[in-house]
Amino acid sequence: MHVTALAFAATAGGFLLVLAIVLPVAGILLSLVLGGRHAERIALVLMPAGVGVVIAIAVLLWRSGKPLLYGLGGLPPPLGIALRADGFSAVMLVTAAMVISAAGFFARANFGTPQGVTEARAPLAFWILLQAVWAALNIVFLGGDLFNLYVALELLTFAAVPLVCLDGRPETLAAALRYLLFALFGSVFYLLGAALLYGAYGTLDIVLLAARIHAEPAVWVAAGLMTAGLLAKTALFPLHLWLPPAHANAPAAGSAVLSALVVKASFFLIVRLWFNVLPTLPHETASAILAALGSAAILFGSVLALRQERLKLLIAYSTVAQIGYLFLMFPLAAGAHPWAADAWSGGLLQTLSHAFAKAAMFLAAGLIAESLGHDRIADLRGVGPAMPMTVFAFGLGGLSLMGLPPSSGFAAKWLLLKASVEAGQWPWAVVMLAGGLLAGGYIYRVLAPALSSEGVHLKAPPQRSREGVALVLALVAVLLGFAPPAFFEFLQIGRVAAIGGLP
Amino acid sequence: MSAATLAGLIGAALVGLGLYGLITNPQPLRKILAFNLIGSGVFLLFGIIARKGAAAGFVADPVPQAMVITGIVVAFSASALAIALVLRLFQETGRVTPRPDASAGPPANGADT
Repeated sequence: MHVTALAFAATAGGFLLVLAIVLPVAGILLSLVLGGRHAERIALVLMPAGVGVVIAIAVLLWRSGKPLLYGLGGLPPPLGIALRADGFSAVMLVTAAMVISAAGFFARANFGTPQGVTEARAPLAFWILLQAVWAALNIVFLGGDLFNLYVALELLTFAAVPLVCLDGRPETLAAALRYLLFALFGSVFYLLGAALLYGAYGTLDIVLLAARIHAEPAVWVAAGLMTAGLLAKTALFPLHLWLPPAHANAPAAGSAVLSALVVKASFFLIVRLWFNVLPTLPHETASAILAALGSAAILFGSVLALRQERLKLLIAYSTVAQIGYLFLMFPLAAGAHPWAADAWSGGLLQTLSHAFAKAAMFLAAGLIAESLGHDRIADLRGVGPAMPMTVFAFGLGGLSLMGLPPSSGFAAKWLLLKASVEAGQWPWAVVMLAGGLLAGGYIYRVLAPALSSEGVHLKAPPQRSREGVALVLALVAVLLGFAPPAFFEFLQIGRVAAIGGLP
Repeated sequence: MSAATLAGLIGAALVGLGLYGLITNPQPLRKILAFNLIGSGVFLLFGIIARKGAAAGFVADPVPQAMVITGIVVAFSASALAIALVLRLFQETGRVTPRPDASAGPPANGADT
């Protein structure tokens, strides 16, 4: 017991982990109480403050080189609940805070409370939901207890689903309902798995579980159930059916947050599950299945993206494909092989790269749709000369999806390619290259008509500041490609390196 | 057959029935009911796990019971949200079976207030 207490003594700066969660939650409560246009002001003040908090967490983590810990209420696990931040948590926290802030500033034009009205329903709901998504994401990235993570996942679902149907059109309601049903299926399976693990080992704390777990039927069943549930929420092929209508019908800022961050939260938990909870299990077969599904997602999603007629649906199908890349890290990053560190960095960088690139592309697509009044790809002719900044942001995002240098998508896919060649696992390399070509195809399908020099009639020119938000996100996606080696060392903080090796 | 084994089998049967309903029924309301069936099965399992802790010397393990209470609150909110969506969909379209026709409809321009 004494050893346990020592292992969970809160590290310096542990209170920052609490602050990262409390800040958006306080924002939600204040917005509910004050209402009206205060919700927007509160959100827009708290978001930059939140970026400051998570950057402070990242700096502390960088200085100490060891995961940050905080035991809620001063109680050590298994009775208490631990918050824990490692390298992966920290980069996801920073990404979430930046993308949410960008989406917030972008959405001011869509969700401002009109003059002369004290409170309008859609804006109030939007600002509260955006903060709720942010709070839930931060709990997912920091949670150290599998049941606590279940609650966080549910909070995330409850905040994300209404974002899809904010405007109340029937097709958005249908998309939101389908999304909710898939998500509920996912979470109840996750809960069933967690129940089995608690029954077998009497704790749900990630670190304690990892030390106690050994290969036995209950663990395999629990791992299968939890993974299946999380895959439904991550929309990995063949459980992706809900994603395209939901992401394509949400308002632009909502689509950006859903595609960039919300699906990454359940992916984050799959990584937690297999690399932090179950590192001692032999998982060659499970990893190969995940990567095979990922490969199918890359090919299937890209081909469907090539066939879409609407821009937002094309981007949504491209999300289905890019999620597939994330799962290629499982067979490569497991174990103590020399290539595992590269594969880990590649998988994580792909997560970040896709978050920034896809958020930029959805915001750009939203601007195009608002300025033209439609988003039919066939009628995008001449949109490039008319709104160059927007189309440039879209193109830079596309650069990352294709994996062309110097973007971060290139760095991520290069690391994964290198690892798969070193590991002698050629099929993944072939799929990655094919996926890059297909991505080139669907980005070209948009850019080719957009860059033609025909005149186009804009209903209203886009605001420079909103184009700027999309461009900044796209530039971050490119600049991550120049990340120094120190950044990749940072990603390794807290990684469970070897099978049987614990942090 | 002990009471715990019987409860475990009933829990498994509830999960199985719910999963079957979730996959085969096209009606959203039935899918929501099926989700609640699975949930009940899982909560029953938590109950047995609390008893198992009791067998190890506790009066009863309180942690799974706390989890069940939280789980019930979450499942209740989920059902409420899902039913609110179904009701709204019915008011808007007169039908409740979701057919999100992805290729139709105008682009989402943000909030139509």
